[in-house]
Amino acid sequence: MKRIIFYTNQFFGQIGGEDKASIPPRIEDGAVGTANLFKDKVEGEIVATIICGDNYYAENIEECREFISREVERLRPDLVIAGPAFNAGRFGIACGDVCSFVNDKYGIDTITGMYIENPAVEIYKSNTYIVETGNSAASMRKAVPRMAALANKILRKEEIGLPEEEGYIPKGIRVNVFHEKTGAERALDMLVKKLKGEEYRTEIPIPVYDKVEAARPIKDLKKAKIALLTSGGLVPYGNPDHLPAATAKFYKKYPIKDIDRFAEGSYESVHAGYDPVYANENPNRILPLDLFKELEKKGEIGSLYEFYFVTTGNSTSVADATRMGMEIAEELKEAGVDGAIMTST
Amino acid sequence: MELELRKIYIKDIVFDEKTHVDSGVLYINREEISKLILEDERLSEVSIDIAKPGDSIRIIPVKDVIEPRAKLKGEAFPGIDGVLDEVGRGITYALKGCAVVTTGPIVGFQEGIIDMSGPLAEYTPFSKLNNLVLSIKKKENVSPHEHEEAVRVAGIKAAHYIAKQCLESEFDESETFVWNDLSVKLAEYPDLPKVAYVYQCIAQGLLHDTYFYGRDAKEMIPTLVNPLEIMDGALVSGNCVSAGSKTTTYHHQNNAVIRECFKRHGKEINFIGVVLSPMTTVLNDKYRNSIITSRIVEMLGADGVIQSQEGFGNPTTDLMMICKKLENKGIKTVLISNEDAGVDGKSEPLPDGTVEADAIVSTGNSNANLHIPKMDKVLGDLDALEHITGGFEGSRQEDGSLIVEIHGIMGSHNLQGFSKLGAVTK
Amino acid sequence: MTPISKTVGAIRIVPAVAIPYPVGNPNESEEKEREIRERIVREALMSLVKEY
Repeated sequence: MKRIIFYTNQFFGQIGGEDKASIPPRIEDGAVGTANLFKDKVEGEIVATIICGDNYYAENIEECREFISREVERLRPDLVIAGPAFNAGRFGIACGDVCSFVNDKYGIDTITGMYIENPAVEIYKSNTYIVETGNSAASMRKAVPRMAALANKILRKEEIGLPEEEGYIPKGIRVNVFHEKTGAERALDMLVKKLKGEEYRTEIPIPVYDKVEAARPIKDLKKAKIALLTSGGLVPYGNPDHLPAATAKFYKKYPIKDIDRFAEGSYESVHAGYDPVYANENPNRILPLDLFKELEKKGEIGSLYEFYFVTTGNSTSVADATRMGMEIAEELKEAGVDGAIMTST
Repeated sequence: MELELRKIYIKDIVFDEKTHVDSGVLYINREEISKLILEDERLSEVSIDIAKPGDSIRIIPVKDVIEPRAKLKGEAFPGIDGVLDEVGRGITYALKGCAVVTTGPIVGFQEGIIDMSGPLAEYTPFSKLNNLVLSIKKKENVSPHEHEEAVRVAGIKAAHYIAKQCLESEFDESETFVWNDLSVKLAEYPDLPKVAYVYQCIAQGLLHDTYFYGRDAKEMIPTLVNPLEIMDGALVSGNCVSAGSKTTTYHHQNNAVIRECFKRHGKEINFIGVVLSPMTTVLNDKYRNSIITSRIVEMLGADGVIQSQEGFGNPTTDLMMICKKLENKGIKTVLISNEDAGVDGKSEPLPDGTVEADAIVSTGNSNANLHIPKMDKVLGDLDALEHITGGFEGSRQEDGSLIVEIHGIMGSHNLQGFSKLGAVTK
Repeated sequence: MTPISKTVGAIRIVPAVAIPYPVGNPNESEEKEREIRERIVREALMSLVKEY
């Protein structure tokens, strides 16, 4: 018999309203409160219900996670169901967090339910299944069977279909499929519809990038510490750390303290997205170390950071690039670097 | 302009004393092909093998795939192997169900894999063909640019020669394509929307080039072309921008968008033109070419356009620039592109975008992984794996199996929409 | 790749020469190439002291 742990808050756990939002987590045997609505619909036994005040969870996340971890380890569930939280923000965060960390830490499947505008959706949608619900508890009657249906599919280890089919909010994960028709056929289908003024659906929504806030300008270049970076794949000859030719997931840093420039033959480009001939002839064309060293000597800039950073910006995913940027920024901040110059190819 | 394509369906390929075709079997004289290829003094040796669908064979690193074609009068592949003369008319013989595949020690990055069986076979169209595999080695002092050219021309020569030996043999199917001049076209189907095809081709240097009538596309500005001449090998591949994105010569000869436009011509659309638009590395070229391409489309009087590209990253910029200009001229666009959504599929799929690009067909997430088993035979050079896009240190597993990205598979996410691969958001 | 840099939200962007040689130009003489390179580096440093 499959085992399920249910998570809910003080209100749906029948303890109290806002006045009880600060109660610490506790666990009851079997189904309590809203869990009872699921009891006969799910293909498993609800072995326990964890109840926690929304405020308490938000203010004591670590402690609540520890509590839940202990219970999960003791009860060994096959599935955790949380909520549904509808449009409740704090409850949504708690449900999202519980589902997210349990899945992360133990690999146990989790499911919850929320209204599409619940702020917790954006944060947790790719880490768990969030079934789409109405915006208030008035839609509980519709939410429960939908959540139960998906929960059962998960318990039966069946393949989960598309969000539109199964009723969950798209996780935002791109998954490869083989269509019935070729790309060219689908393109002509789409164009014919578009020309007729009929409805069509793009297969790739256009990306919207986060707004970047400009850093404050450097006051005095002559006192500034400058770091050099490149996404052009310029590495010491022989590529000792095997920087990939494309789809790089890491960056490297190499010392520049004791050299005046990148010498031909000592450095090479491993970036597969451009003809490396010119870079290998004069690597300074990719990252002008020679010119920066001259400026440092003349005193026009304060100093150069002792390493240069390199990755390969060829088909590198945005997520990996963002992560690398953050890691490099951390290091530069710690080292007291004022400005960074990056070349890209 | 009228082209009759006479197709001979090849179901098997064997070595024989005479290169010819009979009852669907292609017979190859190995020595003849070898001699032909080694006429190029830059090459030192070539080994010739056969790889058939279902074989436990892995071909790596693949440089190009070419469908054997020859003209009854005149020559295919003008400017590369054929005489430099206009093509796209008359009678052309095509050997379907087979191909010449070139491989050998790696010229540079981004040359790919073809498995004739196993999980990877589903991702490449070439696992379903009877392949003549040429593993070519160059002499010592040959530069990378010369190496690339020698191998490219060798593949074309072999494919051309083989087809020439089959001219006037019995053929299985004939398909005639007609391309009238604009005055006829515009009068023909006045009620159907006029559709043009913007055929973007990569023109960015070693292993990132395309050749039109033998001319390096880096030295061309956008131009109107006759789709029938593309069928005769006027456009030849010199690129491996990532094996998945690589438009092989085979893909050019069998351009999926052109094929589909012809299918629907007179029924849903009036197919009025094809614009070849090179994509270079220089920003001003991109601006200029997007101006010229969109202006040619405008002059054709097109109502809608299909845009295809090659490569990823900076070529996506060309795709978006041209799209924006066309849409702002009131011409509706549909784009074909692959995605780099990360190995977990969670990353932003495209590196560039414009709000006008509201109709895009996806040919799949190229960062996705595939675990493939060992094959009994490797043609080419397995050590090439780590240098190939989609291969990485750690690709090789202890049991001899490999993990590769879709990027590394020949033709997997072909950007003219040849394959059925796509992606959905879950 | 200026257009991509703009799209992803980079703020201080200096257009480079070309993809295979962002800070260089092998098609020019050595002196001309040096001039071009120095100009790009100078522009980059100037943008660091500019307010955005």
